Amino acid sequence: MLRVLVVEDSSAMRAFVRAALEDTGADVSEASSGFEALRLLPREPWELVVVDINMPDINGLELIAFMRKSEQHGATPVILISTEASARDRQRGLDLGADAFLSKPFGADALTTLVRDVLERRAGGAG
Amino acid sequence: MSDVHEEFLAEAQEIIESLSRDLLLLDQAQKEHGPELDQTTSELINEVFRGVHTLKGIAGMFGYARLGEVSHALEDLLDQLRLGRVELDPSVLDVLFEGVESFQRLLVDSPDAPEVDVERLLQGIARFTGSGSAAPDDDLLGYELDPNVLSVLTEYEEHRLRTNVRQGVSLYRLKVRFSLLTIDSQLEDLKDRAKPLAEIITYLPSTGGGDGDTIDLDVLLASSAPYDTLEEALVDADAELLRVSRRSSGESPDRRTEHEALAPSSSSTPLPAPPPAPTPRPPSAAPVERREMSPDQLTLRSVANTVRVDIRKLDHLMNVVGELALVKSAVGRISERLRGRPELRQLAIELHRINRGFERRLEELQDGILDVRMVPLGQIFDKLARIVRQVAREHDKDVKLLVTGADTEVDKLIVEELSDPLMHLIRNAIDHGIESPKVRELADKPVSGTLALNAYQKGKHVVIEVEDDGAGMNPQRIVETALRRELITEEAAAEVSREEALNLIFMPGFSTRSAITDLSGRGVGMDVVKTNISRLGGVIDVQSELGTGTKFTITLPVTLAIINALLIRIGGRGFAIPITSVQEAILFEPEKLRTVEGREVMTLRGATLPLCRLDRLFRLEAAEPPELDADGTPPRRYVVVCAVAHRRLGFVVDGLDGQQDIVIKSLGKSLQRVRGFAGATDLGDQQVALVLDVPALLEELLGTPELTALEASR
Repeated sequence: MLRVLVVEDSSAMRAFVRAALEDTGADVSEASSGFEALRLLPREPWELVVVDINMPDINGLELIAFMRKSEQHGATPVILISTEASARDRQRGLDLGADAFLSKPFGADALTTLVRDVLERRAGGAG
Repeated sequence: MSDVHEEFLAEAQEIIESLSRDLLLLDQAQKEHGPELDQTTSELINEVFRGVHTLKGIAGMFGYARLGEVSHALEDLLDQLRLGRVELDPSVLDVLFEGVESFQRLLVDSPDAPEVDVERLLQGIARFTGSGSAAPDDDLLGYELDPNVLSVLTEYEEHRLRTNVRQGVSLYRLKVRFSLLTIDSQLEDLKDRAKPLAEIITYLPSTGGGDGDTIDLDVLLASSAPYDTLEEALVDADAELLRVSRRSSGESPDRRTEHEALAPSSSSTPLPAPPPAPTPRPPSAAPVERREMSPDQLTLRSVANTVRVDIRKLDHLMNVVGELALVKSAVGRISERLRGRPELRQLAIELHRINRGFERRLEELQDGILDVRMVPLGQIFDKLARIVRQVAREHDKDVKLLVTGADTEVDKLIVEELSDPLMHLIRNAIDHGIESPKVRELADKPVSGTLALNAYQKGKHVVIEVEDDGAGMNPQRIVETALRRELITEEAAAEVSREEALNLIFMPGFSTRSAITDLSGRGVGMDVVKTNISRLGGVIDVQSELGTGTKFTITLPVTLAIINALLIRIGGRGFAIPITSVQEAILFEPEKLRTVEGREVMTLRGATLPLCRLDRLFRLEAAEPPELDADGTPPRRYVVVCAVAHRRLGFVVDGLDGQQDIVIKSLGKSLQRVRGFAGATDLGDQQVALVLDVPALLEELLGTPELTALEASR
């Protein structure tokens, strides 16, 4: 089962992402802030992290930068989600090592397709 | 996905509520400081922006197109505001208020929801967002900022950074090590300490000592405070404060391109040493002391520690507790019975002890659930503050709202039901109570009227006062109106006291459109207000002084879920009286009775107490005179003194059967119209008792002018 961590300060968004991914059989955990994500990240070998860009305190970009520098999550696939983030924020996210970017609003299908693509790309790249 | 949709509704509602709160604070800040944005105001605007941004995001996800559209437009406006491209003035605030107001209606989205003119709203918002020039972008280049820091800032954070630099505020980096276990409390603590001195731009996390238990944060902050002050406030054992130095002036223009070309590198560039180089302290891995958190901090903690619960689930739990309380009572009675049998005495004592333990746990459980049901009145006060602002504007009046006791807690259900009556009172107070600025000036009153909303707990009741310093009500005119509407007779009119005259406004049929102009006063649907309040087991009273103002006082029980009741006996049947309305029970002494104006009264500690013989009222009088006691005297009877607000009445009852926690069950549809009973309750042992509706009885029995007049003249 794919272990996913969703980092997002909106509870409705978390619920949406969780429902969409659980429908594909993923095991989804939620973090409601960057700090909570910092606490949860080392706990499990996450196979995918879905991160919102705009969060208070620790934003999504900072979280990706943190993950990429860490040994444990240097290579964990990351999908950034945001409501029409500026082109600048989006580029920064990709520069920092996000695997993909998805603009809100998106449908459950768009998310699950993207997740499949990202994981396939990773698998292809590795083998 | 319906749970997901529920989650959406709940979060959207939460966001809208906090938006209203923040807008009111903004409104206040704007009134005090004008369009200048100080740090607090900026944070507030950012708060509002974040709320609207989140709302826009989720509205889009959940197919609320119109809500999404309006929030998008509002977000643009807020973005311009926080980026300093649009000034915060009253007209902008009006549009913001209107927008947030529309959110509520667009969210409800039911057929009978008032139509929202989205087009007009969008045009209103667009008036402000069209213009505005981009702020200059080069300010940061004079600083020796690590490109790794810049690369992870969101656009807004970067903007805050620039604004601070432009205003000549110094930049600092605070390096702290937090324990992952206590990161929430440490973070809140840091925020608290930083707040008076600095603006925190962002937190950059990096892996801590490598043990996985700690995390290092690189906190970027802007502050005008001297280095030493800042250090003293923020730096403890595990921290280090560095000033971000400015480049020497000649360098900056050329470094621009270099800076922009710098791709974020994975190796972190060391910070240049600040001019007054503080000795870096070696980070120690000592575990950080766990701090006790104040309630304030608790609410600031991550949402992950709170759970939203459907009120129906709590109702269900409360019902279960109610049933358990019945079980407890039944067991109690069994142990009583066993006690009477000598051979079972030991067993009875044991059962009694166990039942006592059960009772204590049950009380804890009950308190716990009640506590969860409690919400601060502030929740509706915020909404009311919005109404105040809106109505005052509609009527061109200058109204200051003073709120006290917003943290007073009341059962969630009561809070929900309170909002309409309070809204009504407030509308009336502004509409008809508080005079226009001109009139006030002529009357030598402060030009802006004051509306006070006070809440406080008083015993097992919560009192809410709505008080204005407006024109007050004229009792004479009220009586005249009541006469004209044939609500009272000429005789009664001649006898009413001042207080009773004021209370006439609560009579059904008193208020009509013309009554408003006639009376320069209230009366719009006051009977409805009163009915709503009594449905919650509360009472409303009014005091008014012509020319000085009017005060409505609402007294409510703290909770509706479970009540402690005094069990009484009348004509061989059991009844229950909610203990919250019982003041005391005394021995009934027939020889002390007096009759005044055809009513029985007695004197209690120097005051006249009107009495009501419940057996007569309920037609439960024994056909034969009661059997005499052994000593030849009639059996003892009691007077239960009940009070709701300032009204008091003694109920004469045949016997007292002790106190018990009861769950009131409604009488059902067919008996809904029976007045005087709040419902029925199961006392265990298959006994059912009717529960007296004391406020309604007092109302009915004391509502007649003769009796209250008498009471008032005591």
